[in-house]
Amino acid sequence: MKGIVAQNISRKFGRVEALRNVSFEVNQGELFGIIGPDGAGKTTLFRILTTLLLADSGAGEVDGFDIVKDFRKIRQRVGYMPGRFSLYQDLTVEENLKIFATVFNTTIEENYGLIRDIYEQIEPFKKRRAGALSGGMKQKLALCCALIHKPTVLFLDEPTTGVDPISRRDLWEMLVKLKKEQITILVSTPYMDEAGLCDRIALMQHGRLLKIETPAGLAKQFTDALWAVRSLSMSKLLTDLRRHPQVETCYAFGDAHHVTLKAGLLKPEELAAYLAGLGHSDIGVEPITATVEDCFMNLAANKIEL
Amino acid sequence: MRCFTSWPARPGATELNMKQFKAFIRKEFYHIFRDPLTMAILFLLPILMLTLFGFAITTEVRNTKIAVYDPSKDAGTMAILNRMEASEFFEITRELSSPDDIESVFRQGRIGLLVVFSERFYENLVHTGEAQIQLLADGSDPNNASVVVNYATAIIAASQQELISRTGGAMPYQITPEVKLLYNPQMKGAYNFVPGVMGMIMMLICAMMTSVSIAREKELGTMEVLLVSPMKPIYVILAKAVPYFFMSVINLTTILLLSVFVLDVPIAGSLFWLIILSLIFIFVSLSLGILISSVVDKQLVALLISGMVLMLPVILLSGMMFPLENMPWLLRALSEIIPAKWFIMAVKKIMIKGLSYSSITRELLILGSMAVVLIAVSLKRFKTRLE
Repeated sequence: MKGIVAQNISRKFGRVEALRNVSFEVNQGELFGIIGPDGAGKTTLFRILTTLLLADSGAGEVDGFDIVKDFRKIRQRVGYMPGRFSLYQDLTVEENLKIFATVFNTTIEENYGLIRDIYEQIEPFKKRRAGALSGGMKQKLALCCALIHKPTVLFLDEPTTGVDPISRRDLWEMLVKLKKEQITILVSTPYMDEAGLCDRIALMQHGRLLKIETPAGLAKQFTDALWAVRSLSMSKLLTDLRRHPQVETCYAFGDAHHVTLKAGLLKPEELAAYLAGLGHSDIGVEPITATVEDCFMNLAANKIEL
Repeated sequence: MRCFTSWPARPGATELNMKQFKAFIRKEFYHIFRDPLTMAILFLLPILMLTLFGFAITTEVRNTKIAVYDPSKDAGTMAILNRMEASEFFEITRELSSPDDIESVFRQGRIGLLVVFSERFYENLVHTGEAQIQLLADGSDPNNASVVVNYATAIIAASQQELISRTGGAMPYQITPEVKLLYNPQMKGAYNFVPGVMGMIMMLICAMMTSVSIAREKELGTMEVLLVSPMKPIYVILAKAVPYFFMSVINLTTILLLSVFVLDVPIAGSLFWLIILSLIFIFVSLSLGILISSVVDKQLVALLISGMVLMLPVILLSGMMFPLENMPWLLRALSEIIPAKWFIMAVKKIMIKGLSYSSITRELLILGSMAVVLIAVSLKRFKTRLE
């Protein structure tokens, strides 16, 4: 039995096609990531799998239960953390946890072992109202609430959006730990750097899954040589690079532009010279290995072929 | 692979679990007590409305200033004037020395009524059995004028009785026009608005607050989490209605206590039936609130709908402020489906007129069926998914 199965799920909102023929399978105990920018359809997919929305077509199963027929059974066994902070802001940390434990017919004590690691981090603030917590603590509390009934499948819709880098790391450490408890986890994120921690990832854009791969497998498929190019004026650099006839692709990343060149006709030194000629200074051109984001950009650019 | 049976479904997970239900109601009370605005609406608004209608916006006539032209100054006129001065409605502020002042005293606009006695008033009354009093009121406010004249007529009639008895019944029998107002002899405004305010406040608290609080769960996303839980959505909704039911009962008590002890509106009929009637109306309002919340997702929209669709008709079409008899037939027909109209009608019968419960059978039946239909519709419309 699979943890999660989605078969050709499509869903429209008016004329907008939020999901188009989405199919994938998640093994039990697998940490599966859905990576894609805002508006890719991630939340709609989560809502359909958590029985909150009905698909226009297609079918799905969670823990072997049909997402339409057996929705009550699914609701008893999954944990769901929506993308937006969805706890009671006027209740304290402790009250929130308690109410969700009661809603799931359990107590905090019963499954405390599961949430201990993360709850200990927010416990000093347990008398504080949830609305007054920082972004990272809010998400930790939300994760505790989603875990309090020891779900078999955990749906986390962008758990790290709006969270500081340290809390992001804490949350991901927690997910890796939960995997050891044999909990199936479906997690979505717009941050490509988090993808490396998943067992497998699905790249999503415009309601379609572009590719399903392991992070390592994805990087391996990126066969073109990749260069990180820097200079003092990065925005001018981007236009200059894109204007060069030998540049295949050029995308702006955090501190450098990632560039692929057309079939080895241009040497990096020549590119640097070209840029120097255009008045750039402090030019750096270094070879790098592809990240998930590079793969995503690459796939997204070629999506017509898919 | 992990064995499936090691994760048994919790027993009775889909049944109504009292512990869940209670925890949820407690949570709802936290929401209410922690939000100053909600608290203000729940507890201050009823008192505010009642006092506002009771003391500020009143149709009652009190301490009307009167001027007197009394050329006789005899036992008869004294008797009448003393009686007027003694009543809480009138206050004699001016005595005119000549009839020429009549117009100027009105033009100054400070008096509401002018009493003019004929000359040799008592003498004429005793000997001819006839004496004239002229009552002049300021017709620019016709309602007020007619009320003032009614009061004055009543006082004069009473004085006349006294004078008759003083002369030992020697006077010939006189027919005096007497205007008597049934049920509300002093035309107290409170008699009219207490039932109206009751209807408004019940509607406000039950329908508006319930629909807004359910919409809040949707708007803030908590409904999403609650839906993906073993708790049946309908119990989530019912648990939200329970606290507002309690609040309405508390408010009902406050309103009744205020009416009886502050506004001097007694409960003339059976308190038991008044409470039964109110409870049915509370159910109608609660189910209206739940119905509204099943179609809206935003607190503001819930507020607007309950305001426009519920409160306005209650104020305009329930007969609370404007008499329904004078309305065009379309509005009158529309008023038939306003629950508050029936409630207010029945409250007037039981509380003000003191009629027995058999007089409100029709209202009880109508409100009862409204409650059943609304609860059925809102349960049917209730969604187990997000849309």
